Amino acid sequence: MSAGASGGPPDSAAAFGAAPTVRQELVASAKELALEVVSKHAADVDRRGRFPQESVDALRKARLLGCAVPEELGGLGATLPELSAICTTLGEQCATTAMVFAMHQIQVLCIVRHAGNSQLLRGYLRECAEKQLLIASATSELGVGGDIRTSLCSVEESGGRFTLNKEASVISYGEYTDDVLVTARRSPDAAPSDQVLVLVRRAETKLEKKGEWDTLGMRGTCSLGFMLRAEGDIGQILPAPFAEISAQTMHPVSHIVWTSAWLGIATSAVSIARKYVRAEARKKPGVVPPNALRAAELVNQLHGMRAIVKDAMHEYGVRYHDPDALEGLGFQIRMNNLKISISEQVVPVVQKALSICGISGYRNDTPYALGRQLRDAYGAGVMILNDRLYGTNAKLLLVSKED
Amino acid sequence: MTDDIRNILKQHASLAAEPSELAPDADLHQAGLTSHATVNLMLALEDHFNVEFPERMLRRRVFDSIATIEAAIAELTSGAST
Repeated sequence: MSAGASGGPPDSAAAFGAAPTVRQELVASAKELALEVVSKHAADVDRRGRFPQESVDALRKARLLGCAVPEELGGLGATLPELSAICTTLGEQCATTAMVFAMHQIQVLCIVRHAGNSQLLRGYLRECAEKQLLIASATSELGVGGDIRTSLCSVEESGGRFTLNKEASVISYGEYTDDVLVTARRSPDAAPSDQVLVLVRRAETKLEKKGEWDTLGMRGTCSLGFMLRAEGDIGQILPAPFAEISAQTMHPVSHIVWTSAWLGIATSAVSIARKYVRAEARKKPGVVPPNALRAAELVNQLHGMRAIVKDAMHEYGVRYHDPDALEGLGFQIRMNNLKISISEQVVPVVQKALSICGISGYRNDTPYALGRQLRDAYGAGVMILNDRLYGTNAKLLLVSKED
Repeated sequence: MTDDIRNILKQHASLAAEPSELAPDADLHQAGLTSHATVNLMLALEDHFNVEFPERMLRRRVFDSIATIEAAIAELTSGAST
């Protein structure tokens, strides 16, 4: 166990320090289940566009689903670098599983950091660790044009209880989740940007499925639209305004864990290309295969991508205890750039790997098959369209002066 | 200065409420100030008062209310260059 994690403050803040230790045994247990379970079902999950149930069950069994819950609440107090490493490890075998894991951990960290003194929410985290609950996110809504910082739906309070109805344009793995974190206006007369984040429990929530999920890649995240109708105790409304939760946690953590998962896709493609080049080299010892140069280029690019993710995590760690710095425009721009950089690189990396492996990579029935990785990689650029993020950065840069 | 700020809010902040009716300490975020509108507001304030907000002032809380904006502008125009 990491030094200091168990004695740290209740929000596991120590875990986010500038250079936290990554517990190798934690990453090793993720790697083991990735190789033994996740990899076996990846092709079927992709082919049938189905939820990676076996992989999520394995994550539960290994207590990794609730690993980000602080140790004093029954979790493993996993740090962001640890979550990042797990996302990459899972992503090497199945990008869908890595994304489900990543999206779930974003929700856990939002509650961990912003539960405040709420006994109800701390009790929920305890339950989350005990039962290894899966949490989905309902931030997008029909009619707001993809701007998650605006809501039409609102929380309606009455006698200590609330009701909340939302036409969610996407809830990834909504059909398979235990609970959901939902954004909504604070009250029926609140402005669209005056939002709160609300935990809704499965037993008190009706999810009516809208449409299907049949995509090029990331086929098992099952990111359908839903009509969500929920009720609950008003204590399930996170005390902090969503604007604060978004800037301090949801936005940076999302981009860090997503890019970590995509790093897994790139790592997988590069390792397949290297395996191919090694096999070529063995046929003619003494002659460096021409493709070896391309593989060396790929390894260089992969190391660069890894450094970008690590640097972003470091930056988050440095600012972690300073909410003001986390809410600064410069930091928002950096986090958007993290997502843009990695998603722009992951497709070319898989393409280059494919050109190294040639027909063996193009075929689906060889150990060098790269079709799934290539299709999954395209998801990175459209999951929040890069142009949208460039648009946001363009606007923020009109006033930001940070280098 | 307060009137100028109210006027700029009216033109650029797209608030649900009428800025002239907002108390100096009324919460602008609750009044509907979005992060996108905040950038427009910053640009208009920089132009009108001939100032540049340093990075440390590009924070949500600086734009919490008319009073907090006024304090920030006052700091920037008081001669203490940043």
